[in-house]
Amino acid sequence: MPAAEFQAVQVDYAAVAPMLIVAAGALVGVLVEAFAPRRSRHRIQVWLTTLTLLAAFVVLLLWSRESMTVTLGGSVVVDGVSLFLMGALLVLSALAVLVMAERFGGVGADAFTPMGSSTPGSAQEDTATRAGYATSEVFPLTLFAVLGMMVFVTANDLITMFVGLEVLSLPLYVMTGLARRRRLLSQEAALKYFLLGGFSSAFFLFGAALLYGYAGSGDLEAISTAISTASGDLDGLLVPGVVLTMVGLLFKIGAVPFHSWTPDVYQGAPTPVTGFMAACTKIAAFGALLRLAYVGVGANRWDWEMGLVVVAALTMVVGAVLSVTQTDVKRLLAYSSIAHAGFILVGVLAFSQAGIGGVLFYLVAYGFMTVAAFGIVAMVRQGGSEASHLSQWAGLGRRHPVVAGTFAFLLLAFAGIPLTSGFTAKYAAFAPAVASGTTGTVLVVIGVLASAVTAFVYIRLIVLMYFTDPTGDDVVALVPSIPSTVAITVGVLVTVVAGIIPGLALDLASSASEFLL
Amino acid sequence: MTSLLAEDSALSAADASGASSVAWLLIALPLVGAAVLLLGGRRTDRFGPLLATGLSWGSFVVGLVVFLQLLGLPAEERAQDLTLWNWVPAGAFQLDVGLLVDPLSTSFVLLITFVGSLIHVYSIGYMENDPDKRRFFAYLNLFVASMLLLVLADSYLLLFVGWEGVGLASYLLIGFWNWNPAYATAANKAFFVNRVGDLGLAIGIMVIFVTFGSVDYATVSEGAANASQGTLTAIGLLLLLGACGKSAQFPLQSWLGDAMAGPTPVSALIHAATMVTAGVYLVVRSNPIYDGAPDARLAVALVGAITLLFGAIVGCAKDDIKKVLAASTMSQIGYMMLAAGLGPVGYAFAIFHLLTHGFFKAGMFLGAGSVMHGMNDQVNLRRYGGLSTFMKITWVTFGLGWLAILGVPPFSGFWSKDSVIEAAFVGEGWQPWVLGGVALLGAGITAFYMSRLFFMTFHGEKRWEEDPEPHPHDPDRTMTVPMIVLAVGSAGLGLVLGPTGAITSWLAPVVGEHGEEHPVLPVWLIVALTLGLVAVGAAYAWVRYGRDLVPEVAPKATAITRAARVDLYQDAVNEGLFMRPGIHLTRGLVFADARGVDGAVGGLAALVGGLSSRLRRLQTGYARSYALTMLTGVVTVLGALWVIQ
Repeated sequence: MPAAEFQAVQVDYAAVAPMLIVAAGALVGVLVEAFAPRRSRHRIQVWLTTLTLLAAFVVLLLWSRESMTVTLGGSVVVDGVSLFLMGALLVLSALAVLVMAERFGGVGADAFTPMGSSTPGSAQEDTATRAGYATSEVFPLTLFAVLGMMVFVTANDLITMFVGLEVLSLPLYVMTGLARRRRLLSQEAALKYFLLGGFSSAFFLFGAALLYGYAGSGDLEAISTAISTASGDLDGLLVPGVVLTMVGLLFKIGAVPFHSWTPDVYQGAPTPVTGFMAACTKIAAFGALLRLAYVGVGANRWDWEMGLVVVAALTMVVGAVLSVTQTDVKRLLAYSSIAHAGFILVGVLAFSQAGIGGVLFYLVAYGFMTVAAFGIVAMVRQGGSEASHLSQWAGLGRRHPVVAGTFAFLLLAFAGIPLTSGFTAKYAAFAPAVASGTTGTVLVVIGVLASAVTAFVYIRLIVLMYFTDPTGDDVVALVPSIPSTVAITVGVLVTVVAGIIPGLALDLASSASEFLL
Repeated sequence: MTSLLAEDSALSAADASGASSVAWLLIALPLVGAAVLLLGGRRTDRFGPLLATGLSWGSFVVGLVVFLQLLGLPAEERAQDLTLWNWVPAGAFQLDVGLLVDPLSTSFVLLITFVGSLIHVYSIGYMENDPDKRRFFAYLNLFVASMLLLVLADSYLLLFVGWEGVGLASYLLIGFWNWNPAYATAANKAFFVNRVGDLGLAIGIMVIFVTFGSVDYATVSEGAANASQGTLTAIGLLLLLGACGKSAQFPLQSWLGDAMAGPTPVSALIHAATMVTAGVYLVVRSNPIYDGAPDARLAVALVGAITLLFGAIVGCAKDDIKKVLAASTMSQIGYMMLAAGLGPVGYAFAIFHLLTHGFFKAGMFLGAGSVMHGMNDQVNLRRYGGLSTFMKITWVTFGLGWLAILGVPPFSGFWSKDSVIEAAFVGEGWQPWVLGGVALLGAGITAFYMSRLFFMTFHGEKRWEEDPEPHPHDPDRTMTVPMIVLAVGSAGLGLVLGPTGAITSWLAPVVGEHGEEHPVLPVWLIVALTLGLVAVGAAYAWVRYGRDLVPEVAPKATAITRAARVDLYQDAVNEGLFMRPGIHLTRGLVFADARGVDGAVGGLAALVGGLSSRLRRLQTGYARSYALTMLTGVVTVLGALWVIQ
């Protein structure tokens, strides 16, 4: 039997140019790591990474925006949603990279271990520390992760989606283990993340296989068509397939009960990496979930919707309730991110175009807040390492009014107080849910109650910073370097502006809220 | 017929031109003064009082110019509307900040700015040694600005702003010496009682808005002709409640006596001449509403009648010079309310009496201040006596005010009060006999207690041998000149405005023509009866307090006197009827809040905290249990969906 005639895949280079640029930047980064002299490596990597991300963003704005299309043989789709999400990913990861570049004024090197491959506490590590090595590999790793995320949000079939998932996950596992202080905790977190990530990838793959079995194709459009024209023979495969695929995505989102890794990993990872993960991974995972739920399996959503509703409710409640008893700032923010994931899921469950717009807006608003917040957490230090225990934050407002004031503002934004983007975002996500019917309204009520609980947590932290006597004198907030200052400032500014005049960003999000298919 | 005329006039408010177009300066000048003095702080200590006084006079000059301009216009064009800016642009509801310059508001403007400026001058002397006099003058200026806003507003809502402004200034000035807890309490009392009235006014304004769709006077007077009588009565009664609070009318009269805690110039300006008459202004200004609601009007008249007797009786028994004057103020405002409640026949006389009263009562308060000044701040009448030889100017000026309030011809009070009494006798059925009788009786009692005050202060034996012995003397010129000017006004103002018919024809465009109504008794008989009763009252006072020795300690007296000494048990009644039930209600609410609401909130927080601690144990840190959680989740979701299907 003669082989089928080979057909070259049509590639719309304009559409995928941003991804290609990021991939190229990452590869160049690897070369820099291999050949550039150690002294200048860090600086080169920061510039290279930032410029790569910005270049990709500019190309995205100027070129890719013009050619919204399905390309690469139907496996990549560039439409309003994916363009918006890619843009958000590029900007936020650029800000996260600026925070990663922080070297604490030369006082104590950067947040990353001098040598990732050394055993904690070993002589090798000591040598590396004394030599002043830096793990500048983190920058190309970031670029690879961003590439994976971009693939993830543009993927139009389950295989591409899985590739994206793995490309974004593997660098993150490594980055999690790179913290300079508390190395064991960091490595433990990396291992947990890896194991559980593998577990969830297996779920995803299993689900994808079932869906393939059901539809005869991994293509989201084909699955959708199959659902509406199905004969009924293979119906048993559909719901398990949907549920298992979604489990893989919900794991990345950090939804309950697939959230257990979140606090441990957020706490163990170097703080700038935590900020990157909280902002960007969430965007990527929600992008994929939106596409799967709306484009792929939306046609039979009555069959599986209730499962997602329960997950959303649980996520909000558990995230909010558990944040009450946290004693570590990073773990607190981790539970906060879980609760926020629940709020965003409410927007997803609206199943309307307005819902998509709300979700997009929420993702961006939360991303800016969280990058800035983790940027500040990284600056509050005691004796060279991060002062992440809440008791160490007592009275911070007296000695460092600017840092504490900024952080307090971000906490208010997390709580969703009006005049911050947190409020507009919640409104944007909740309003379509209320419009969608009773179930949505119930979810919104739960969401508002959960917000009240989290508001208590945030405000307690503000009270702690301003109205409690400091426990020790040696907790200091370092003056951030110019890159981190830029990142934090941008994050705060966006939070203010999107809170006071949300119209612009909301319009952008809602104009981008249409899938091509 | 008269009411129709009133409506026509209010409709024809033309756009302001000429001097009226700078009417905003009237309010702006004192407001700037208050702002400079309050914001400038101690830096303005040196020139502050002079600046405030100057700005107040500046406001008077503007007022005078506006008045002269109006005088030059034909009567029907004497209402000018000055729109300043769009205030509330809320969809269908549009409200401008606008000033209404018409004969009624201009009368008030002249009274407020002239008497107010005189009292500013007087205060320069009176408050000379007070370390906080800058703040005092700032509040005075704030008061003048607010009061002018109140009378110049062209809508009820803007009037309410001024209304609250004068309330604030009154509160601040009553409690000016708030280091004395009793004075601070007096300020609070005034504030609380006024809240009750203000609530009435606020609700009244809301009903006006609901009924007419707007709150400006023009719309209201236009719409009043078509509104139902029930609605108009409700509005009238609510506005009356507001008027009762501000004007210390029954049943909200209790605060005025205690308000005498403020410095005496304040008592003269705010609690005698101007602010307390705001209620009368409100009723007269709302004449289109009251013309359509005879029941509400009767209520106004009855409130006035009750208060005029109440104040008069209380005035007979008080030994504190300022409290006698306060009771008298209450009583005289009762006369004005009574007149305002009579309708078109009385509106003009209410304002007439208001103007003359503003002069003679302010003059007497300043006289009282002068006496206190010379007597080491002693206020007890039983510790005065024979002061006429020591304080000639005070004696003469106070005496003119005394003759005026008694209604001795040809002094001011004779013309204005007599008009009110005559008007009270107009009508049908029981009304003229009751209202007229009360007004007549009140005149007699007034003569008694005012003469009692006058004789106890200036005549008889001197009763002030105490340590340190006071040296009564006339104060310096800043204080005597205002007293003299006000005394001249007390003597002559009535003669100028009354018999010439100037006041009735001047106000006619606003309140309607004064009809050809005839009292149930011949006018000469009413005048004769009034003068006779006044002579009897004054003579009895002379016998008791001029000729006979006055005991230095108040004797145990009849039950009615004892009741009058404690203001006819007004505080006990308020306490029993409102305060105690209120306290019980509050306690109940606090209890419910602590046990119910706080319990629920605290319990909920504890529940969340407990749940959090439990859930936290699931976070063991073992990857295997995390994986198990995930697996359990997947199995549960799948199982549940399978069951549902």
